[in-house]
Amino acid sequence: MKPLQFSAPTSLDEALSLLSGAGDGAGVLSGGTDLIIQYREGHRALGQMVDIKKIPELNVLEFDPASGLRLGAAVSCAVLGEFAPARRHFPGLVESAELIGSTQIQSRATVGGNLCNGSPAADSVCSLMVLNAVCIVAGSGGKREIPAVEFMTGPGRTALQAGELLLEIRVPPPPPNSSDAYLRFIPRNEMDIAVAGAAVALTLEDDKRTVKTASTAICAVAPTPLMVPEAGAALTGAQMDDAALDAAARASEAAANPISDMRGTVEFRIHLAGVLTRRAAVIAKNRAAAN
Amino acid sequence: MSMDTKRIVTASINGAEISVMADNRMSLLEMLRDAAGLTGTKEGCMTGDCGACSVMMNGRVVDSCLVMAAEAEGAEIETVEGIADGKNLHPLQRKFLEHAALQCGICTPGFLVSAKALLEKNPDPSDAETRYWLAGNLCRCTGYQQIIDAVRDAAAEMRSSAK
Amino acid sequence: MAAFTHPNHGKYKVIGTRPIRHDGEDKVTGRARYGADVHQPGMLHGAVLRSPHAHGRILSVDTSRAEALPGVRAVATAKDLPELPDKVMASGEGIENQRYMSTRILAGEKVLFKGHPIATVAADDPWIAQDAAALIEVKYEVLEPVLDVLKAMEDGAPRLHDKITATLMGKKEQVDSNVCLHTRFQAGDPEAGFAEADLVIEREFRTKTVHQGYIEPHHATALALSDGQITIWTSTQGAFAVREQVATVLKKELSKIKVIPMEIGGGFGGKIPVYLEPLAVLLSEKSGKPVKMTMSRADIFQATGPASASASRVKFGFKKDGTIIAATFWAAYEAGAYPNIYGMMGAMCVLAPYKIPNGQVDVYDVMTNTPKVAAYRAPSSPQALFGVESVMDEASKALGIDPIELRLMNAAEEGEQRIDGLKWPRIGMIETLEAARDSAHYKSPAPSGPNQARGLAIGFWVNAGMQSSATVGINMDGTANVVTGSVDIGGSRASMAIMAAETLGLKAEEVRPSVGDTDSIGHTDITAGSRTTYATGHAVYLASLDAIEQMKPRVAKLWDCDPAEVVFEEGAFRSTKNGQEPMTVRQLGPKLPATGGPVQGQGSLMATAQGSGFGLHIADVEVDPDTGKTTILRYTAVQDVGTAIHPAYVEGQIIGGATQGIGWALNEEYVHGDKGELLNTGFLDYRMPTTLDVPVIETILVEVPNPGHPYGVRGVGETPIVPPLGTMGNAIAGAIGVRIRELPLSPPRVQAAIAAKENAAGKTEAARETTAKPVPAQS
Repeated sequence: MKPLQFSAPTSLDEALSLLSGAGDGAGVLSGGTDLIIQYREGHRALGQMVDIKKIPELNVLEFDPASGLRLGAAVSCAVLGEFAPARRHFPGLVESAELIGSTQIQSRATVGGNLCNGSPAADSVCSLMVLNAVCIVAGSGGKREIPAVEFMTGPGRTALQAGELLLEIRVPPPPPNSSDAYLRFIPRNEMDIAVAGAAVALTLEDDKRTVKTASTAICAVAPTPLMVPEAGAALTGAQMDDAALDAAARASEAAANPISDMRGTVEFRIHLAGVLTRRAAVIAKNRAAAN
Repeated sequence: MSMDTKRIVTASINGAEISVMADNRMSLLEMLRDAAGLTGTKEGCMTGDCGACSVMMNGRVVDSCLVMAAEAEGAEIETVEGIADGKNLHPLQRKFLEHAALQCGICTPGFLVSAKALLEKNPDPSDAETRYWLAGNLCRCTGYQQIIDAVRDAAAEMRSSAK
Repeated sequence: MAAFTHPNHGKYKVIGTRPIRHDGEDKVTGRARYGADVHQPGMLHGAVLRSPHAHGRILSVDTSRAEALPGVRAVATAKDLPELPDKVMASGEGIENQRYMSTRILAGEKVLFKGHPIATVAADDPWIAQDAAALIEVKYEVLEPVLDVLKAMEDGAPRLHDKITATLMGKKEQVDSNVCLHTRFQAGDPEAGFAEADLVIEREFRTKTVHQGYIEPHHATALALSDGQITIWTSTQGAFAVREQVATVLKKELSKIKVIPMEIGGGFGGKIPVYLEPLAVLLSEKSGKPVKMTMSRADIFQATGPASASASRVKFGFKKDGTIIAATFWAAYEAGAYPNIYGMMGAMCVLAPYKIPNGQVDVYDVMTNTPKVAAYRAPSSPQALFGVESVMDEASKALGIDPIELRLMNAAEEGEQRIDGLKWPRIGMIETLEAARDSAHYKSPAPSGPNQARGLAIGFWVNAGMQSSATVGINMDGTANVVTGSVDIGGSRASMAIMAAETLGLKAEEVRPSVGDTDSIGHTDITAGSRTTYATGHAVYLASLDAIEQMKPRVAKLWDCDPAEVVFEEGAFRSTKNGQEPMTVRQLGPKLPATGGPVQGQGSLMATAQGSGFGLHIADVEVDPDTGKTTILRYTAVQDVGTAIHPAYVEGQIIGGATQGIGWALNEEYVHGDKGELLNTGFLDYRMPTTLDVPVIETILVEVPNPGHPYGVRGVGETPIVPPLGTMGNAIAGAIGVRIRELPLSPPRVQAAIAAKENAAGKTEAARETTAKPVPAQS
């Protein structure tokens, strides 16, 4: 293992200049819960680590009823979980972030890192997608926005260009009578990677029974987390009756395109995509109705 | 760009300011054990899956195997060696002994650090809350029951002595 | 040896109490020193080059680039190991052929599993050592691996070894086969028995390879001096076993090697074979410096001995009244890459718990391209009894007999002959079953919600005796120091102190127990086989008695009487002539120098009267029919423990063993890729139970004292891993209405079984609908 350079820039400009031209040999260290393992196990041959946690812009955590949530890329899942407005307005996002690893991992892992790591099983990415989140990234050419649904492009691959850094994630404010939920399936009750996951965000009509709009996404069942518009459509206009839930579940099953690996078979994952979509939809609806 | 691949890391470890020479490839775990000589923190997996290396870092419990040594610069670190108050064991340490909550003892330092963090956040955790908080600490000997009992018993004692 | 009668059972002063363990404060403050905590001045760091292939021939090994790397101080390969004979030696709980032991430590001609060590390097820091290992060039002829035990038995299967000496039904033969051992036990006439049976159930079972999963990785540090003296610091289940193995593989005299056992972070049978120790010694000999070796978690999973995968067929014949009239068991056990005997251990266990007039056991140890299997807590009994207890559960339902009553009417008891020829001494199978039957859990209504059920199964382990040594030194204040050779893996120091205190009339806190190195105490076998409290405890008892005998003349001198008039009863020396106030050891201690000097008692024995352990576990479960995930609602473990010396640690052994068994039953398994590589090499995907995966486990201690131990101790630690496999299998079968005979009962397997059942039912339903009035579809 070759010697490693390490820096912890305190400004965005400094970080971007460190990253520009460094290519794959530079690793962006946020929570480190993926990067350090990949580095140590030889999956990432790094000559340099750039710790971005000291950059003020990456530590923003705010909620504004008009503009929504701003979640800095270096904010840990534990800090997000303690942020009451996030829990209130985006319980599904918070629960998906809090499912990532143990208490110890929570202290370090970030939603930003979950995005940038590019895992098909990224729990919080599913939630960001159904909430129409937008990722703000910066590079030597300035800042740009990438919708969360477009951020991941394949297993371990993202829309980030070389030298670009994820700054923050913005989640639009939820309309009235809205809520979200995320469920995943793991063999144990903690410490596993999702075999499959499903997120649902929805808005109810004023009757608090009928679904006005719904969006759903599934993960660990395709090369990237996947929006399932057909499932959202199946729920829209319905009152969470069995027919609508069945249709949503079948839409997720149809959209799922998983592989078999040691965490689950194709059949089991497809089946779970439906089960979890159905269950998450019920939870999201109950939450929205209680809002 | 030329940068050093080793550095002197200065951190507050169990309340003492300590400076050690650390290779940038080192984890905080290796820095504590090999450079600072604090071998109470244990390695179990080096992948953040067992919690044996749990330490407090700036008020939060972390797996020290998944923290780079260089990140500890200026940090406040507390390890199992810092849990007792001088010669007085922490209630958690006493209760672990009274409940026979350890067999081989290798996971014990991590459980103690993690449990102490829990009780600082929640002085009256339920059985379920205790189990959820400690799910990242693997124990292969005890089956956990005595550990959960010890943590909740320590919490009860700490609550009654705080009154 | 005359049987002990235990007149004081239940009336002991110290035995049965729960003192704070003597090594406790060290372990809650981080001061206890484990293998990884060893640091020697000038220490080098070792690394191992391991085979990337599961099976292959080594064509060449070129270490020149590694040797040339700055900072590298020594490189060793199989060429540095002495030639060893084709000779089998006992090794811990298993056996090891010396020639194979050498090639297991460092591969010579062939690599036999992924992770097989090929070369080792010592360097100034661990990064250089790893880089150097990666610079070693090995050319392989890659061969097809065989991992499945049944495939490995086939004629055309890839062969691991060209010719092996196999033991087939007692006869040694040179064979060209992957079967290294065929064990057969017979009793009566099984065919005639089955012909008489009213109910015959024959089923096949599979279990996967599982790992002990100790949290502490393997470590070894060695210093070899130029005069031939060697010191090894390591975490092991047996310092003397390490010394013997290193001496064998490196051809040394035992007296040249000192092994210092550090605290050990779990073993469960897996820290008996040596892996790193001979390499550290080799590298220290070459470099002249102390060398520390460590294993990563991935190395541990893919290159240390796990527990056997198995394939078995169980056939039981019953009379209508529930009596077992005949039983047969056929099984193949994974041996790993070298000859092994763990299948034989399964053969010893499988039919032992029940009275079986007509039976046959045929078990094959089969070599596969996986690391040599090692002991894991009651080695091989869980796999065997999983099948037997599943069949017993089916029989109880088919016969309409309560499952505990069915087991009670067939329970093994004192005087009965086992199928392996041994005659049962006093055992507590019946008392265990009765205690389970009378337990609050079993008397409570079984859960009756959808997808809920109760299951139960028994477990059994023979337990080990073996060699132990102890000394008891009486201090000048009358307190005592106990030294044994048994490493303390789970509170045994406290047990030793309790037994010495009971014998000497002291308090547990007045005895200081410690673990000696190989220079400071007589030979002591491994901390394994549930033997430590039993056998080493017996040695402590003998050493305490020896100290008492040595003290009697001192008391006589003080009392100016005949030593024959001095007895030691109820914790004090007493005069049979009634002329003297009793004198305790505490009172005598200060007078020892003036009456003849120090007193040190010695105790050593080859213990052979271990009592076997029986347990029964009861679980109430609920299965999520959509995901196949099992939740345990309530769990009770009942076990005959002989005498509970320190009940808290006895309960701890039972709860911990049950938890490992639950992990084995529900989620743990080795998953291999198609090239024979292990895929789940870490705790992320080798899914051991977390705090959230096990319920409160209630324990019920049954005490049927072992007549072979002065205080009635039976081994406790291993039995509790056995029942959970059958218990969970039976409970889940009840909950989902379909029986799964392959472990683990992981969510995908359970969900698939439910789906298959529903599909079959759906087809039946559809067939019926052609004649019945259609009903509206329900979700």
